[in-house]
Amino acid sequence: MLFRRSKLRVAAATAIAAVAALGLGACSAGDSGGAALDPDADLTKQSLVVGIWSDYYPEDLAERFEAKTGIPMTIVNHATNEEIVAKIMASGDSGIDVAFMSGQYAQALGEQGVLQELDKSFIPNEANLYPEAKELAYDPGNKVSLPYAWGTTGLCYRSDLIDFTPDSWNDLLNPKPELEGKTTMLATERWMTLPAQKLLGFSANSTSADELAQVRAQLEKTKPTLLAFDDTTFYQKLITGEAVLTEAWDGWCNYGVAEDPNIKFVIPKEGSDLWTDTMTVLKSSKNKEAAMTFLNFILEPDVHSWVVENILYNVPNRAANELVDPQMAVDFPSLAITPAELSEQEGLIDVGDFSTEYSRLVTEIQAG
Amino acid sequence: MRRPKLLAVPFWATYIFLYVPIIVVVIMSFNASSNLFVWKGFSLDWYGVLAKDSAVLEGLRNTLIVAGGATVLATVLGTLMAVGIHRYTRGGLIRAYATAPALLPDLLLGIGLLSLFSLLQMSLGLHTVLISHAVFASAFVTAIVLARLANVDPTLEEASQDLGMGAGRTFVRITIPQLAPGIVAGALLAFTLSLDEFVIAYFTAAPQTPTLPIVIYSMVRFGVTPEINALATLLLVVSMTVVIAAQRLTRITEAI
Amino acid sequence: MAARVRRAMRDGMNRQRFSRALRAAPFLGPQSLFLALFVVIPIGLVTTYAFMTRGRFGGVSPEFSLENFTRLLEPVYLNVLFNSIGVAALTTALALVLGYPTAYLIARLPTRWRTVALLMVLLPFWTNFLIRTYAWILLFNNAGWLNQGLEALGWIDGPMNLLYSQPAVVVGLLYMYLPLMILPLYSSIERIDPELEEAATNLGSRPFRVFRTVILPMSVPGMLIGCVFVFVPSMGNFVIPELLGGGKMLLVGNLVRDAFLKARDWPFGASLALVLTIFLVVLLALQSRASKRITEGSPDA
Repeated sequence: MLFRRSKLRVAAATAIAAVAALGLGACSAGDSGGAALDPDADLTKQSLVVGIWSDYYPEDLAERFEAKTGIPMTIVNHATNEEIVAKIMASGDSGIDVAFMSGQYAQALGEQGVLQELDKSFIPNEANLYPEAKELAYDPGNKVSLPYAWGTTGLCYRSDLIDFTPDSWNDLLNPKPELEGKTTMLATERWMTLPAQKLLGFSANSTSADELAQVRAQLEKTKPTLLAFDDTTFYQKLITGEAVLTEAWDGWCNYGVAEDPNIKFVIPKEGSDLWTDTMTVLKSSKNKEAAMTFLNFILEPDVHSWVVENILYNVPNRAANELVDPQMAVDFPSLAITPAELSEQEGLIDVGDFSTEYSRLVTEIQAG
Repeated sequence: MRRPKLLAVPFWATYIFLYVPIIVVVIMSFNASSNLFVWKGFSLDWYGVLAKDSAVLEGLRNTLIVAGGATVLATVLGTLMAVGIHRYTRGGLIRAYATAPALLPDLLLGIGLLSLFSLLQMSLGLHTVLISHAVFASAFVTAIVLARLANVDPTLEEASQDLGMGAGRTFVRITIPQLAPGIVAGALLAFTLSLDEFVIAYFTAAPQTPTLPIVIYSMVRFGVTPEINALATLLLVVSMTVVIAAQRLTRITEAI
Repeated sequence: MAARVRRAMRDGMNRQRFSRALRAAPFLGPQSLFLALFVVIPIGLVTTYAFMTRGRFGGVSPEFSLENFTRLLEPVYLNVLFNSIGVAALTTALALVLGYPTAYLIARLPTRWRTVALLMVLLPFWTNFLIRTYAWILLFNNAGWLNQGLEALGWIDGPMNLLYSQPAVVVGLLYMYLPLMILPLYSSIERIDPELEEAATNLGSRPFRVFRTVILPMSVPGMLIGCVFVFVPSMGNFVIPELLGGGKMLLVGNLVRDAFLKARDWPFGASLALVLTIFLVVLLALQSRASKRITEGSPDA
């Protein structure tokens, strides 16, 4: 197979949902503002613990980083955003220096004062990022986070089994009779609601109870037409032909494309979301200089291009993308989506306490 | 006696129902095609793929560590408990206390243990799964050894003590050998239960060290490949061997 | 005088009891402690959490609240509960229909075959349960073997949607728990003296009457145990609804899992698990009362 299949991504429901220890009453780190970083710190005296999704980085990452900078590093894997957040919030000092998490989680933790403001003097490689990647909704100006991978959600379908070209969320939500029982939707909270929100002209970050009620009505109508809710194997259902039209993350659709070139991806005309997976430095870290250096290292073109070549996600790094074989964007059209197109989509942000309303809606739809 | 022939219908239906899925899986494990639903000829390729799958091998290693450790712990604790109950109590409450964990919903035990481990700020890992498995497995050991104790001749132990053997030596030299079949059956049961246990492990394992059932769960969830058929066939052979060995050794079916 | 003798006797007994306890301690002590720590305390924790509130980032904040239980009464969750009961009841009924005749015939097989037949019921049960569930994906898939077979036989024209439906979930649960119905049934039927049956038959009773008056009443305890063993885990299973239900259906087990591992709402998950456990306890209590009444009432008990 061409790529290493990244099994675990973003907030997607996950393989093992084991949860890190979590004490009674999480305490947030005191908001001391964080001491200024020392540009002349002896980095070789520091060491790093990096929390990152499993299968989401090159296997030799730690060796390469140490060879280049002399900083020893340890990687701890997590499977979900919830897991890493729980780990960070469980105690004042989790021992983790750098944590990978999705944008809306970085936003929430940033607001809690848990994340260190980034010192860009350590991160000259930020210049490799596209301008669009510097104004992301969850953290404009990349104050506490830097984007690692980004993408959107759209329709992933079998062009040979559908006699029209789907281009609207309506094709999924109110399918033609011949497609009934052959479509799937994502079951993870914000993405289950996304298609209906966009079709109805709402924000994907809506905090209006009335809008959510309309979304619910649409989903209740859609559910009987679905083959299944599926976060993880929809592309296989496309390959076998069980499903012909699915709601899909762009990177995941590529796993289907790799097996069957008749599988295509489209961003519906009503628009979609822009999700971002980010890198953050914790305020509790005692190795902040090394942590910043690590972020800079990831943004090196030859390091960052690994993500595109191996897990088929877009990265917001112009210099890295220039290293990628142009044939890849032909084989996997979602890799040809431009930063301009991506940034037209609505950036997902944290909806605070309203997120329980999303959880409830998802439960109700699945249970109903 | 004449028995209505009609009864044979559900009887055979049961066995067909129980075995058709298994037979399909076994046959498909030898399929040359990567398509699960098309037969393309005989091949052992998927066993080769399996043998090189590091996630499966690591899951297997973790599972064997957990099952081995849990079996030792459960067998020692469960046997002592059974002997204690038999000798020093009239059964009743303490007997219920010792065997109830075998009946507890796995879901309850799973979230309860997760809650405990996180309250104690214990990091999750193989040790937490091992302890959790020993909990319910020990209850099974106690139950089986208790059943065996009911058929043990108490006069032997008395005679041994009359002859001046200490309590400890009597226990090791007389009691344990008499109980051996029960202990072995209990240990085998503990081992196979742990080997296959998913729900409790799912809650108490760390993501870095999944047990084999957890690995299988993510394989099934993240896409079914014929590799799973091969794995299933091998596991089937293993459990068949263990069940038949246990039967030979202890006649489990008679204990039912 | 008499009082002193009594006291001396009591002291002696206490001492005797004490030394007995001392000898019992190495046997009963370790496991009692082990279970206290890893069963009693965890259940206590779950019970406590059920009456607390959720922390901002998951976890539990120690404020007393009945909110989790009032939430259970909301239509969504009641719906899940009733759905689960329905699915579990259907599974149990089917298990009984298939399991009873099977258990009966096994019990009346010659000894040799009886062992084989029993082992063959046990064997699938000791095969990894995820794999047993996965097997149904192979069978039920649109392109799967059942559809292929039916089409080859000409019974259907196009593929039927078998997977990702309630019937698929019931079949999966039935497959999982059928042995738990057969084994206790077998063990209670096996104890019924076949001569009793023959006597009744010789006295001119028809087979059905023999069954109704002799076998059925005496097998009720095993039947009840089997029903509890199938019913309760069916309600708590979260893997089968997920894999065979296509995420379009939730059982109580899914809610518990999601509350603990996805929504990180431990108190709510705890309250659900508690409800599930209460179900089990109540059913077991009913079962033991019912079977006691039956065995006490029957002539040869």
